[in-house]
Amino acid sequence: MTARPVMSPERSADVKLEARDVSRVFGHGKGRKVAVDRVSFQIQGEEIVSLVGQSGCGKTVLAKLLLRLDQPTSGQLLFNGRDIEAERDLKRHFRQVQAVFQDPFSAFNQFFTIRSQLESCFRLFEQRPPPAEVAARVDAALRAVNIEPREIDGKYPFELSGGQMQRMLLARIFIIRPEVLIADEPTSMVDACSRASILDYLMKLKRDLKMTIVFVTHDVGLACYVSDTIYIMHCGQIVERGAPDQVMTAPESPVTRELLDDIPDIHRDWLGRGAGAGASAK
Amino acid sequence: MFRGLLRSPGFILGVGLFALTLVAALLLPLLMPLNVEQRVGLAYTPPSREHWLGTDHLGIDMWSLLVHGLRSSLYVGLLAGTVATLVGTLIGVYGGYKGGLLDDILTVATNLFLVIPTLIVLILLSSSLDEGRSLTLIALLIGLTTWTWSARAVRAQSSSLRHRDHVALARINGYGTFHIVVLHILPYLASYIFMVFILQTASGILTEASISMLGLGPYDSVSLGTILNEAIRNEALGDGAWWAFLPATMLVTVIAFSLYIVNTAMESVFNPRLR
Amino acid sequence: MSTTPILDVADLRVHYRTRAGTKVQAVDGVSFQLAAGEVLGIAGESGCGKTTLVSACMGLYMPPLFYGSGSVRINGESILGLDREQHRKHVLGRKIAIIPQGALNSLNPTRKVRDLAADMIYSHGDRSGKAEIEERLRERFTRIGLDARHVLDAYPVELPAGTKQRVVIGVSTLLNPQVVVADEPTSALDVSTQKSVIRLLFDLMDRQIISSMLFITHELPLLRHVSSSIAVMYAGEFVEHGRTEQVIFDGRHPYTRALMGSMLSADPGQRGKKPVGIDGAPPDLKHEIRGCRFAERCPVARPDCSGAEQPLRTVAGRAVRCSYATAEPGVAAEPQMDAEPQMEAQP
Repeated sequence: MTARPVMSPERSADVKLEARDVSRVFGHGKGRKVAVDRVSFQIQGEEIVSLVGQSGCGKTVLAKLLLRLDQPTSGQLLFNGRDIEAERDLKRHFRQVQAVFQDPFSAFNQFFTIRSQLESCFRLFEQRPPPAEVAARVDAALRAVNIEPREIDGKYPFELSGGQMQRMLLARIFIIRPEVLIADEPTSMVDACSRASILDYLMKLKRDLKMTIVFVTHDVGLACYVSDTIYIMHCGQIVERGAPDQVMTAPESPVTRELLDDIPDIHRDWLGRGAGAGASAK
Repeated sequence: MFRGLLRSPGFILGVGLFALTLVAALLLPLLMPLNVEQRVGLAYTPPSREHWLGTDHLGIDMWSLLVHGLRSSLYVGLLAGTVATLVGTLIGVYGGYKGGLLDDILTVATNLFLVIPTLIVLILLSSSLDEGRSLTLIALLIGLTTWTWSARAVRAQSSSLRHRDHVALARINGYGTFHIVVLHILPYLASYIFMVFILQTASGILTEASISMLGLGPYDSVSLGTILNEAIRNEALGDGAWWAFLPATMLVTVIAFSLYIVNTAMESVFNPRLR
Repeated sequence: MSTTPILDVADLRVHYRTRAGTKVQAVDGVSFQLAAGEVLGIAGESGCGKTTLVSACMGLYMPPLFYGSGSVRINGESILGLDREQHRKHVLGRKIAIIPQGALNSLNPTRKVRDLAADMIYSHGDRSGKAEIEERLRERFTRIGLDARHVLDAYPVELPAGTKQRVVIGVSTLLNPQVVVADEPTSALDVSTQKSVIRLLFDLMDRQIISSMLFITHELPLLRHVSSSIAVMYAGEFVEHGRTEQVIFDGRHPYTRALMGSMLSADPGQRGKKPVGIDGAPPDLKHEIRGCRFAERCPVARPDCSGAEQPLRTVAGRAVRCSYATAEPGVAAEPQMDAEPQMEAQP
């Protein structure tokens, strides 16, 4: 793999997230699985970076490591130059690094109202603001994702649609305003129509709230649309990295080429069957 | 969800039967004169209009004995069930959620208790307590030696729940173990824990009946087991005095059976969700 | 040359009854025909009624879903109104079969593949002997490209995902159904897995195991590669129905165009084209809706859209449910993009 520098040395002061030879190994002996294999990268502030790969390539495990929901077996993860494991106060870490998850329904507790669950993120702050302010900030966050606060009053997660619930996950982010957002496949369980708006919100977060976003996905097309830099992962390793244009027009790794090939683009013969689409079986 | 239960014949039958015994145990003493002290006839007189189930080896009214026995057995069963479920749930849910070293320690402790033959321990403890054997004490003993099953069952569920997204969300909201277990794990286990409780209660009733039958039951109280014990000791079988042991046996069976079928009905409605 | 269509759905209407007793008209007058060897794609968002349509076409009516009116015929014979036993034995699996969503997890993990497949046969009243069934299974599984002896003996958990997929589809089509309904077979799947599942379906069509197929999805662009004709569904109705090239490249209904607009392409020529989402949600079908059902969310809606009934008209060789769809390619007016409300950055 050719080393293709993504940024010049002068900008390294801007490095928001860094991985140094990070590995995560599960099990031992015959059941040993290397989920993340000596991964290293540097992510600048206010960038949207995508981790792209098929399921099982290690992108979700890497995301969990960044979130401190799991610990690396070896190597270091740094946030603003500091080892994230060194931060004893987890709440402090979560104020700065947050996440949205793939399945909007399983991401919320079915037994509590949505509003109460949105309010529960104030637990992260040292002092919980007075109720009036809490309500106001939740309302503002809801409006930021184009939901009228009254729409969700007294409602439980199962009473809303998938697209709406996914926006609830984003509303959390508008409340907490972390420096880094890990978006773990936020669009894969959402209808195509709602996908675009989710991506728009992510770009809004980057633009208006100066957030650094790590976008995990299996769809390289999505990644190319939304990111500044793309990392292609395969079997726990980063096999290609670069700007979307580079990756799309001149992919170096066969993994990348295959991923590009797998997008059902309407302008080319995706299945390799020639003839018209859906023609009768011979 | 609950409607599925109400449509299940097993559930209705089980709840119905159990409720019947409970109501009988609570109301009958209030509605009719029951005397377990007084001799009202000769030993082992057969059932008659006055004494529906005849008399025991001392001439005491069998029906009174049965109702009292039912009360005691239900009390012991429910108390033992509650204690076992509480202890087991506590240990199981924390071990399952935390994993790692805590889980390993708790699992070892659970397995130790599991391996100890409960009945033998109960027999030894009971026989050493002699006159101190009250219903409550027996119930506590049973509860504290049979919690292992609950612990393992709850641990398995808790362990699978900890990987759920809403738990991850609670963690990144800054919640600690205690809050997560109470707010995000227990509600999802509520129906399961209730089923565990039902089984532990049934087991408690059967266990009490067993040790009482062996003569190690409560010292001063009547229970369904002590009734059986007396029947054995005084050769009611040989004398053909079926009223001295058959009703008690049937009651124990009915109670345990009703609880088991309630559990089965609940399992078919609830378990698919848990997975 | 006129041939009886394999599947003929005429003016089908089905509804739900909510607990409160309200009637929700989930499928409101849907008609289409499927010829032998044809793949019809049905596209729409969640809540448009496509899943209900699947149940309705299969004759699976169970409260709270009720049949209203209309017909469903397979090879000229109606499959509705049969008693449960007849329906289960002779229609399901034989005339029309479903490949369910989340197919990978639909296999019972406690039974061997052989038993699962044999069940399919037995439950349809077939009383063949064990040896005969074994022979059939072996032959079929080999034909769909599996190592029959190994796979039949295995438990589902022992098989890799790709093989499991093949097994699920194989079992669903065991009785050579005339119509196969693939219900969102690729949702929530990897793009790479998507491709292999669709390849598999076509493979089975090539091997003559599947003949005609209804492919349900919310990803309209995917149908470009899958179906020969497409019906776009919204709020219980078809809003556009035509040949694939027409619907994909030259959609005339604003909703069709909006669905196509939400697609992202990695094609370098298409880079920079901003995907357009559709705000809002499909209308609540509990209430009667006057006029066009899409008017609320339509980027080019006009004032009278909510007043007039919108029948299906033939425009440019396909059916469109929009008064303003013209014979000219392209919609009358372009949508206006509002400026986004800005969130304040932290001081």
